[in-house]
Amino acid sequence: MIEQGYNFGYLDENTKRMIRRALLKAVALPGYQVPFGSREMPLPYGWGTGGIQLTASVIGPDDTLKVIDQGADDTTNAVSIRRFFHRVTGVATTERTAEATIIQTRHRVPEATLGEHQILVYQVPMPEPLFRLEPRVAETRRMHALADYGLMHVKLYEDIARHGAVTTSYNYPVMVNQRYLMSPSPIPAFDNPKLDRMPALQLFGAGREKRLYAVPPYTPVRSLDFEDHPFVPVRADAACVICGSRASYLDELIVDDGGTRHFVCSDTDYCASRPPLQEDAA
Amino acid sequence: MTALMTARGLELRFGAISALDDVALEIHPGEVVAIVGESGSGKTTLLRVLAGMMPPEAGQVLYRGEDVHAMGEAARRRLMRSDWGFVHQNPRDGLRLRVSAGGNVGERLMAAGARHYGNIRTEAAEWLQRVEIDPARMDDMPEKFSGGMQQRLQIARTLVTRPKLVFMDEPTGGLDVSVQARLLDLIRALVAELGLAVLIVTHDIAAARLLAHRMLVMRHGQVVEQGLTDRVLDDPQHPYTQLLVSSVLAA
Ligand SMILES: Nc1ncnc2c1ncn2[C@@H]1O[C@H](COP(=O)(O)OP(=O)(O)OP(=O)(O)O)[C@@H](O)[C@H]1O
Ligand SMILES: [Mg+2]
Repeated sequence: MIEQGYNFGYLDENTKRMIRRALLKAVALPGYQVPFGSREMPLPYGWGTGGIQLTASVIGPDDTLKVIDQGADDTTNAVSIRRFFHRVTGVATTERTAEATIIQTRHRVPEATLGEHQILVYQVPMPEPLFRLEPRVAETRRMHALADYGLMHVKLYEDIARHGAVTTSYNYPVMVNQRYLMSPSPIPAFDNPKLDRMPALQLFGAGREKRLYAVPPYTPVRSLDFEDHPFVPVRADAACVICGSRASYLDELIVDDGGTRHFVCSDTDYCASRPPLQEDAA
Repeated sequence: MTALMTARGLELRFGAISALDDVALEIHPGEVVAIVGESGSGKTTLLRVLAGMMPPEAGQVLYRGEDVHAMGEAARRRLMRSDWGFVHQNPRDGLRLRVSAGGNVGERLMAAGARHYGNIRTEAAEWLQRVEIDPARMDDMPEKFSGGMQQRLQIARTLVTRPKLVFMDEPTGGLDVSVQARLLDLIRALVAELGLAVLIVTHDIAAARLLAHRMLVMRHGQVVEQGLTDRVLDDPQHPYTQLLVSSVLAA
């Protein structure tokens, strides 16, 4: 049941149409940031208003929605967005990655391989991958227009010169379809390879910055690197204490006053769908 | 020999001031041309118009036969990255101060597509050595360098991709006299070694004599005299050039 007084998906039809037009442009130009008329949402910026507007524009009555925050379905942020959509669309929600047709996410890509029937919607705080290097917006636009990305490599060069390796472990910049430099949003670099040629449609929404962008299915997405310092998706060298996985991305927990550390899967659905406590054969 | 760059009929006004008044010039491969003239005579404006950084109100700039101001920004930027270099008077305008010396030199290589960290570093170290900066300082920030070192770093950063044409706007401007002399020697050696064409703006007649094959004398936006450097300095024709040369001799 949709709550009385709301249009389906909360946004009015004109706004949804405007956002869909922007999304079509984004799909046609993979990785290119398309401006859109971001609306006020009943949540503060930083709570995923960009992602929510995209989800609201693509969701239909037959969809099944999953919302994750840092991989978990049960955080305040994920729960309130899921409830919000249930109230304003009446669609089914799920915590199972495989059952969802739309997955809205903050800071993670699910461990399970996504399919063509699914859409992954990322919440993006800062869509411009060059903003720390070049504060002038007009100049970053020019750099994108001319594919002039030497400066981004200078940043990687400086990391290696100073620390022996690229130190960026979140929001690691990628080249989309060999054309546009793109911020994958603050996902761990570990997740970057999942973006490459993903069968699902990937949509990115930044509410405060009023930009959206997309990676259509099966689009090449490459993490920037050097030939002699190839990109490495880092992961803690440990097993999940719940399911024993040595393949998934782990969160670190301090479990007692002595500082004992445990690692658990960040993707709670992945973890729950595995047989418990079966340590992978070494 | 065909000209590398040809400009004709350049006009540019700032309000009532005519910064460029019917300026024409040619520069050939491997040739060093000095532009001298009093402050405000239009030297920097001319360099910026020639390098495509500012459009003229009239006239044309051709680089290898192509109109620099008609070619579109993408093509112009490509030229800036590959064929041209620009050395600013103030090294702070030409350097990234929060990027290491090695990163500053490597930037143009990376912009040109270099993707091998080890090779970029080797080449940056070689260039630091060539401009007499100890490669051990490669990972230092240019902010810690003296003015002369910063200027040498800017030159290394500009020349690393071996441009064909380099614009220099008073490259020795803000430096001590002894440092200036050393930098001029270095520029002269590099220019000869690499066979660069250089258009250098200078206040310094002695520097022009040392470096330039030809020189242009500017006043009020006009080129009042041009010719081989020795001819212009030893036998100046225009009264303004005569004044300029005699004031240097008197000093
Ligand atoms: N952006 C601008 N706006 C207005 N006037 C300008 C601008 N740039 C230059 N001018 C004027 O145009 C004239 C030529 O300036 P330009 O900087 O080219 O001289 P210059 O020969 O390089 O002088 P200097 O030796 O002091 O560097 C000067 O009168 C200057 O004040
Ligand atoms: Mg000047």
